[in-house]
Amino acid sequence: MSTAILDSQHDADSAHEHDHGHDSGDMTVFGFWLYLMTDCILFASVFATYAVLVNHTAGGPSGKDIFELPYVLVETALLLVSSCTYGMAMLAAHKADKGKTIAWLFLTFLCGLGFIGMEINEFHHLIAEGFGPNRSAFLSSFFTLVGMHGLHVTAGLVWMVVMMAQVYTRGLTPQNTTRLSCLSLFWHFLDIVWICVFTVVYLMGVAQ
Amino acid sequence: MFGLLTLDAVPLDVPIVMGTLAVVALIGLAVVAALTYYRKWSYLWTEWLTSVDHKKIGVMYIFVAMIMLLRGFADAIMMRGQLAMAEGANHGFLPPEHYDQIFTAHGVIMIIFMAMPFMVGLMNIAVPLQIGARDVAFPFLNSLSFWLFVAGAILVNVSLGVGEFARTGWVAYPPLSELGYSPGVGVDYYIWALQLSGLGTLLTGVNFLVTVLKMRTPGMKLMQMPIFTWTCTFTNILIVASFPILTATLALLSLDRYLDMHFFTNELGGNAMMYINLFWAWGHPEVYILILPAFGVFSEVISTFTGKRLFGYTSMVWATAAITILGFVVWLHHFFTMGSGANVNAFFGVATMIISVPTGVKLFNWLFTIFRGRLHFTTPVLWTLGFMVTFTVGGMTGVLLAVPGADYVLHNSLFLIAHFHNTIIGGAVFGYLAGFTFWFPKAFGFKLDERLGKCAFWCWITGFFVAFMPLYVLGFMGMTRRLNHYDNPLWHPYLIVAFFGAVLIFCGIAFQIAQILVSIKNRDALRDHTGDPWGGRTLEWSTSSPPPFYNFAQLPTVHAIDAFHEMKENDTAYLRPARYSPIHMPKNTAAGLIIGLVGAVFGFAMVWHIWWLAGLTFIAMVATFVVRSYNQDVDYYVQPDEIERIENQRFPHDSAHTNNRAQTSAKHAQQLAQEV
Amino acid sequence: MKTEQYLGYLKRLSWLPLLMLGGCKMTLLDPKGQVGVDEKSLIITATLLMLIVVIPVIVMTLAFAWKYRASNTKATYKPNWAHSTPIELVVWLVPCAIVAVLGTITWTTTHELDPYRPLDSDVKPIVIQAVSLDWKWLFIYPEQGIATVNEIAFPTDTPVSFQITSQNAMNSFFIPQLGSQIYSMAGMQTKLHLIANHEGSFDGLSANFSGDGFSDMKFKAIATSQKGFDAWVSKVKAAPTQLDQNNYPQLVKPSEKAPVQYFAAVSPTLYHSILMQYMHGPSTLLDGNQAEAGMNSKQPMQMPMNASIKE
Repeated sequence: MSTAILDSQHDADSAHEHDHGHDSGDMTVFGFWLYLMTDCILFASVFATYAVLVNHTAGGPSGKDIFELPYVLVETALLLVSSCTYGMAMLAAHKADKGKTIAWLFLTFLCGLGFIGMEINEFHHLIAEGFGPNRSAFLSSFFTLVGMHGLHVTAGLVWMVVMMAQVYTRGLTPQNTTRLSCLSLFWHFLDIVWICVFTVVYLMGVAQ
Repeated sequence: MFGLLTLDAVPLDVPIVMGTLAVVALIGLAVVAALTYYRKWSYLWTEWLTSVDHKKIGVMYIFVAMIMLLRGFADAIMMRGQLAMAEGANHGFLPPEHYDQIFTAHGVIMIIFMAMPFMVGLMNIAVPLQIGARDVAFPFLNSLSFWLFVAGAILVNVSLGVGEFARTGWVAYPPLSELGYSPGVGVDYYIWALQLSGLGTLLTGVNFLVTVLKMRTPGMKLMQMPIFTWTCTFTNILIVASFPILTATLALLSLDRYLDMHFFTNELGGNAMMYINLFWAWGHPEVYILILPAFGVFSEVISTFTGKRLFGYTSMVWATAAITILGFVVWLHHFFTMGSGANVNAFFGVATMIISVPTGVKLFNWLFTIFRGRLHFTTPVLWTLGFMVTFTVGGMTGVLLAVPGADYVLHNSLFLIAHFHNTIIGGAVFGYLAGFTFWFPKAFGFKLDERLGKCAFWCWITGFFVAFMPLYVLGFMGMTRRLNHYDNPLWHPYLIVAFFGAVLIFCGIAFQIAQILVSIKNRDALRDHTGDPWGGRTLEWSTSSPPPFYNFAQLPTVHAIDAFHEMKENDTAYLRPARYSPIHMPKNTAAGLIIGLVGAVFGFAMVWHIWWLAGLTFIAMVATFVVRSYNQDVDYYVQPDEIERIENQRFPHDSAHTNNRAQTSAKHAQQLAQEV
Repeated sequence: MKTEQYLGYLKRLSWLPLLMLGGCKMTLLDPKGQVGVDEKSLIITATLLMLIVVIPVIVMTLAFAWKYRASNTKATYKPNWAHSTPIELVVWLVPCAIVAVLGTITWTTTHELDPYRPLDSDVKPIVIQAVSLDWKWLFIYPEQGIATVNEIAFPTDTPVSFQITSQNAMNSFFIPQLGSQIYSMAGMQTKLHLIANHEGSFDGLSANFSGDGFSDMKFKAIATSQKGFDAWVSKVKAAPTQLDQNNYPQLVKPSEKAPVQYFAAVSPTLYHSILMQYMHGPSTLLDGNQAEAGMNSKQPMQMPMNASIKE
């Protein structure tokens, strides 16, 4: 939840420029990078929690019983591809090609949306089978860790919509380029976090 | 429609609460009436509430902190009053269900809503000025941080009249704080108040780190930053590294409470010990977040009022860095009695002791700053000396508690309570009050009344010793914390003494309020025309008091530690440029205020499970951001003629100003010398 | 409040200075068992060691402040003197040395005083299982087959091995005059070893806040001769009631200022059931469904960092 707030406000702040030789966009990106470090700690805390509770299945299913690797692999692929398409969007933005930037952003958005859709579907199935987050400490931490990443991605999608609209109406102003850079950092960061989630939760879960 | 909220949530039958509410309502009405009568609403709105000026935000932080100090103190005196009575058959005037809320609220308010904003307020006022910056890196974000903090404070206070506050102690350990044992909304108020204000604090941390790293005035190297800025920087590092842990921990607790999950429950594999570990992984750094800036204030005060460079500047910076890092590897000392192995306990015990080394070094450095100096016994100096004596005792008892073998009997006793009040009052609060007196003239343009300030100091420090030394003794007598009543007659006299100590502290607070009121009344006599009332050494004293909204008409160039002192020595202070350049400044915005207040409503809706309102307010918060991101009219340039006009007010005799200022400053130093 | 009451307070205040000086009634400084004695001497040693730095700092603060007051123009004034390698060395090294000594003491005493370490004694320890309830203490003597509420007894000079758990909230089991305390936590077991070297009736309490009735969550720990202890056991055994999984839920119901209760016999699996009740969802013990509780062969939950269970 808080991410959405953070994103848009960093966004809004890039509007300020400051004196004495500092490039304002540079400062905003640095500030945003710092924020990502705090987000990293947030994830680290939840990862630690997951590690503590992973075996606390309380008679319920363990990861091995419920994870479907091929399905998750498709999810992962979607997210990784979306990182590449975002990279293309940034390249287009640096070439000041407004149309292509929006097109690549839209493709990224679709991949992200697909990822979220698949995640919701996975959650829905688990809950329908009686393996909801209230079944055991393990499932609580699983839903929370994966869900928190999902919320971040959702926030990123909302942000992406706003950015597409802003680029469309205002073009690739320095302000918009800065914002796109921040979103880019955010999006790649979520990709990295997902790789950790995929490894720690799914791969290690199934290997157990 | 209104979730869990019904009319029964208002405790109409509890006279203490209703009386308080009536008084608050009366004061509120009086303020509204006064604002209307004097037609100050638009002034309040444009100059303060929507301001993104770091100095004004700092003042607002401290204003709220002082109000919350009164609230937290009211809780404290009720607790001391209760324990002074409740011996044997007498169970005092507060039944447990009320008393338990009071000690929880006291802890939460004093740490999160009094000490934190006080510290952040001082940081806001002083840090940008000290590094020669015109504002913080993200001024709007700064305003938002403040209003998120206010949202948290509003929630805590609303809990007084609508529903209840947590009855778990300020740490809210599960399983007690889980739904099964705390079914009321108290813990939810606690969670959302901390989440909102915690988010504000986190943003402040990011904001000030960028400010300090990217916006220092030309020439200022990191190792030339004033020591207060350094300590604040380490505090911000701690904030950025530890507050996400709190956010995560409270989020997990809310998932347990709202979505029936099992992180910390007894059932289905939950693990309450994990909460305790996570909580203190934030909680212990939090202690250093509070104390480090206070250390910075003492350093500034001592070197200013001895007219001498700070002894061992480098040592001081490294000592602070060491405390910052070590602060993260000692959290387990808060629960040696949980049954960790001897190796684990011993490791954390020794790690804790090691922190006392850099802390000790700091004390010695202050001592050797006084050594061969000319110490003027002003109020900030009294606070500093009082701190040095008091904090040494607190440090000693702290190290004693860090010895697991001793902690096994002293843990959770009143000895522990005495210890941490010893460090928080004698360390952090004394530091903030010193800083308040020290920077007050900078923020408002006139000094505070010295005589009343000294009265406040003497009441506070004697009050502190009278209130808390008996608690050390009671700890040895086997009295544990959070007791509502007791039947050991031997404890009774000590608790009566402690109550009188609290009354003395109240006199200290009263003197302080009087000091502020009297100083406002006599402001013309106390006016600081120079901008440098104390013979200051750092850049904040080089501009006028109060500084113009752009802080510096021309950014100073820095070559050394104590930059302003060096300028005065070289006669380069108070130089005016031939021509001013335009200054780029942010415009005021109501976005932070709106988001903060809507955030408070969101928190309230979550507490009472009013889902439609929670959803609506959440969307409103996000929408406000998005709308603001579309607004491109967020900044402007101050034109040279306007700067010229403002600067001319400060330097009325245009040509002769350099000499005049230098003379005034020298005269002032002499005056100070004669005062003592 | 009445005037008499005020006068009463004043009367008590009159002998206050005496208390401050004497300090003879300080529970922790008047231990009645070896663990407490060791902890007392540890506190004293550590304090004295720290005073080596603390006293000079306080004296120097006051002395320097006075000597270098601004009005004393005779004192040296060196406004630019801000560094001295010898002083820096001393201020870093002296605290380091003290912490090194204190750290060593800490390391050894933490191992010696580890609550989990059985005490060195030739006498066979007596086992007492303690369960914190809202808001009272249940004690089970597995060897004697008896149970009590809010009272324990044990022979002097005999190590007592406590196994501690909780029904719900976290508490801390503490008999100040005998020494260490340890948390009681639901679903897991902590351990504590104490010994009484003097006869007496000592106050026991919970040192960790656990809710509204916490203030009265007290018990008596009676250290007596072997004979006295045997008599006490017989007295308990003469009680009319027994305790098992069926009437345990009755006992669990929250109560404040619970009186001392004796149970002539106790189900041998009760403690284990209490420990294991949360393994598979809401308390199996309180739902009356004991088939699973305690009888299940599954391992108890793993303790990642702190407490551990050993059966």
